[in-house]
Amino acid sequence: MSLLLRGPRVAPGRSRRWWLGFGLAMVLLLVVAPVALSAFRLGLLSKYLCFAIVALGIDVAWGYGGMLTLGQGVFFGIGGYAMAMYMKLHQAGAGHLPDFMTWSGVSKLPLIWKPFRYAWVALPAAVLVPVALAVGLGYLIFRQRVRGAYFAILTQALAAAFAIWLVGEQGLTGGTNGLTNFHELLGFNLSDPANQRSLYFVVAGTLLGLFLLARALIQSRYGRLLVAVRDGEDRVRFLGYNPLVVKTLAFAFSAALAGLAGALFVPVVGIISPTLVDVVPSLELLIGVAVGGRGTLYGAIIGAVAVNWAKTGLSEHFASGWLYFQGALFVLVIVYAPGGMVGLWRKGRDAVVGRRTTRPTRTTRTERPEPVSARTVELTSAP
Amino acid sequence: MAISEVTVKNAELLAIDQINAAGGVLGKQIVPVVEDGQSDWPTFAEKSQKLISVDKVAVVFGGWTSASRKAMLPVYESNKALLFYPVQYEGLEASPYIYYMGATTNQQIVPALDYLKAQGKTKLFLVGSDYVFPKTANKEIKAYAKANGIDIVGEEYTPLGATEYGTIINKITAAKPTAVFNTLNGDSNVAFFKQMRSAGVTPQQLPVLSVSVAEQEVQGIGADVVAGDLVSWNYYQTTNTPESVAFVKAYQAKYGADKVVDDPMEAAFTGVHLWALAVAKAGTTAVEAVKAAMAGLTYQAPEGLVTVDGENHHITKTARIGLISPSGQINEVANSGGPIKPDPFLKTYPWAVGLS
Amino acid sequence: MHVALAQLVTGLSISAVLLLIALGLTFTFGQMRVINMAHGEFIMAGAYTAYMLQGPLGHQSLLVALPAAFVVAGAIGLVLERLLIRRLYGRPLDTLLVTWGVSLLLQQLARDLFGAPNVEVRAPTWLNGAVHVAGITIGANRLFIMAIVAVSVTAIWLYLTRSPQGRRTRAVVENRQLAACTGIATTTVDQRTFFIGSGLAGVAGVGITLLGSVGPTLGSNYLIDAFLVVVVGGLGQLRGAVLAAIGLGLLRAYVEYWSHASIARVVVFLVIVAFLQARPQGLFVLKTRSLQ
Repeated sequence: MSLLLRGPRVAPGRSRRWWLGFGLAMVLLLVVAPVALSAFRLGLLSKYLCFAIVALGIDVAWGYGGMLTLGQGVFFGIGGYAMAMYMKLHQAGAGHLPDFMTWSGVSKLPLIWKPFRYAWVALPAAVLVPVALAVGLGYLIFRQRVRGAYFAILTQALAAAFAIWLVGEQGLTGGTNGLTNFHELLGFNLSDPANQRSLYFVVAGTLLGLFLLARALIQSRYGRLLVAVRDGEDRVRFLGYNPLVVKTLAFAFSAALAGLAGALFVPVVGIISPTLVDVVPSLELLIGVAVGGRGTLYGAIIGAVAVNWAKTGLSEHFASGWLYFQGALFVLVIVYAPGGMVGLWRKGRDAVVGRRTTRPTRTTRTERPEPVSARTVELTSAP
Repeated sequence: MAISEVTVKNAELLAIDQINAAGGVLGKQIVPVVEDGQSDWPTFAEKSQKLISVDKVAVVFGGWTSASRKAMLPVYESNKALLFYPVQYEGLEASPYIYYMGATTNQQIVPALDYLKAQGKTKLFLVGSDYVFPKTANKEIKAYAKANGIDIVGEEYTPLGATEYGTIINKITAAKPTAVFNTLNGDSNVAFFKQMRSAGVTPQQLPVLSVSVAEQEVQGIGADVVAGDLVSWNYYQTTNTPESVAFVKAYQAKYGADKVVDDPMEAAFTGVHLWALAVAKAGTTAVEAVKAAMAGLTYQAPEGLVTVDGENHHITKTARIGLISPSGQINEVANSGGPIKPDPFLKTYPWAVGLS
Repeated sequence: MHVALAQLVTGLSISAVLLLIALGLTFTFGQMRVINMAHGEFIMAGAYTAYMLQGPLGHQSLLVALPAAFVVAGAIGLVLERLLIRRLYGRPLDTLLVTWGVSLLLQQLARDLFGAPNVEVRAPTWLNGAVHVAGITIGANRLFIMAIVAVSVTAIWLYLTRSPQGRRTRAVVENRQLAACTGIATTTVDQRTFFIGSGLAGVAGVGITLLGSVGPTLGSNYLIDAFLVVVVGGLGQLRGAVLAAIGLGLLRAYVEYWSHASIARVVVFLVIVAFLQARPQGLFVLKTRSLQ
């Protein structure tokens, strides 16, 4: 894939400033946060960072690729369940059933659970199964040029159907309870604060690594192609590229990130359940991306962390306030600040410095406007 | 479900008010910290962790669905903290750090089955929401049925929050049961009962016995829709004990004269009082000392005398079968005669061998 | 045979509710490319209108509630259109997110106004009965809902095909720019469509009070299914919506009868994905040579 390798060169000055920012983020995440935060708050931050990984994927698919996916919860869930199945089986020990199967009346380990006894199956599966599903689904949907709103509705229905299925197959999946009550992972006791701290470093490190990966992807020629598909799919097709491949790849990448985040989420939070898979959490992640600034990778991460932080904070102080706040945030950000926090910051900076912004369209426009010259020819006597 | 959780919280705050008014515990006033689980299981676990490690509370009262309890359980066990859980549930659990204030199976479902059997209802149809409580309860019901010559002519589950029951009602009328055993949760009950009536099924022809419909839910369904159907609980607002009369009076004085109380609220109220008694007895709020004091503790609750089982952490409860009246109140039509000892694993029932 | 027939009625009853909700969606979606996630809250507004009216008007209030809910929900829709949605034309995916935010706000508002618990809407006594036909029992309330739907669909059809306003609506659905060029005030048409679409959701809300619970989250239960009807039927296509609603309703009823409710939802989703392979734009497509 020579597409992936060569990217346009970035001006050296900007690049230096960028690495400075990245270094600062690294220090904040890996040094300041672990020192400044209590064990409980650090645990929460680990959780937010898991969501930030999902948000990073959403941003690639939505911010750069224009595919509004409301079903990231499905991939997150698959990753989470794969990890949870491994941990449950490991905990039950050889020849024993996980606790929930006993009370669900299951007497024999279901076939699909068997491979998850091994970490070397479960961990790759947490990423590969979501990727396979995304490739299959993406291929079927994009091949028929189903896009935009249709894609959003289909992914939303997928999330709803998956959540209902998980709840229905109690003997297989733990039902509404989901899978919970884990004690250890790969020999480490999870209730030990020191191990939770190490887990935080794993999550933070993963996020930083994935961020660099996503950045490389976006800056490659493939990234340019993805943005081109977003802004004018048909034009890209006329130029001889296949948008199907471009879109499916981005969708699969976002699924991989969501799956990985799900797998990390389970040991951090200690539960995976159908409520995390459904439409609502997927939408909450979208708002994180929108608030931070879609179309900028660091914006997605900042947004996801900020929104989740606000959620915890607000719900601790006044519970019903959160819903008003969340609703208002959605409305205000999308209508008045489609570039999110990053967009506002850039605008403010440009206003102060008094120079013209160099990249206006990239952050604010993620969808094509209506075709200006839709030439409708015959007309069935409509309804 | 946030609905019912609010009323349970209100009952707990009432109990705290009463204890504080009487001088508090160990000479100190109880300060409640309220957190909202938002009907989301992971949030229940997160908020529990916050209450324990940030607020450093002495005890937590709360939880609603079985799933919320299962999600919280590891948090309390790993932090060695105490949780009082106020709702009836499916049994088969006894955590050393949870006290179960609601009925376990043998204090609610088994008495309900005994009642139906005594009434000659030998063909049952099971309807439930698709989650742990109904599935486990139905597993136990089927074991009971097998040993007692009762036919289970159908078993159906619908997703939580389902609103369309036409198909299930068609299945019910085709199977011709003599009673329906209903373990549906929350809003689904409204849809189920309304659509039963519109399909022309009356309680006289086919009574429905519910275990998750209490006075609060009757208000939402509409008393005229469910009047004549049966429920099984341990306490009703109409339960006639001096403590119950005082409880109803105090609740309505605090929250409004038109408010109703029900079983989970009574259990939550009782839980707070039991904990305060145990702390007074132990002379400290330290968890292990409170646990030691809880064993064998008795309290004259609105539902009657309850005794804490030191081993499985459940309490003795009197089972009551109720008939829903057109006024929305529930009238007792049968009871177990006295408190039933909790048996979460149904060890004393020969038909239940192999269930746990 | 008897069961198959009973399920036919159940399926049609599901279809009726779906259709009433999807009608509004298919036109706002088809004409303005607005994915209105707050549509469910218009249903809720309709249901609460019925609840509010039964206090002063008593048991027969349902008949008054139908037009009242149409106006109330329609008015809320109009306000939403004026305040927010018109700022977002040409950004369809953004409307989805904004209206979802609005839906959260409205749900919480309902919770604060009417309380979190479900409220009871009593049906008039003449809707409590049941009709026995060919050995099966059909609830009067289900028949009533089907009647509301039949009347609504006929009214919409007449409006679209017989009235000058309806003709303009169709023109805008087919080609907004061309319609604007010929002097049609597209913004007025948009407002009217939004009013009618939201109003129909309000009517659906009144119908739903006969079948289920009335609470703040009432609408969100129906929304995803209604969107699927729109997708299968084709954008802005009345006959598409009718056929899709009937098809999906019957599919759900029969699959549920032979298996279980949870499975039925999954099967419906798979069938739709397969269907879109054959007809990616739904049952009926506006023929056009424009590049999508």
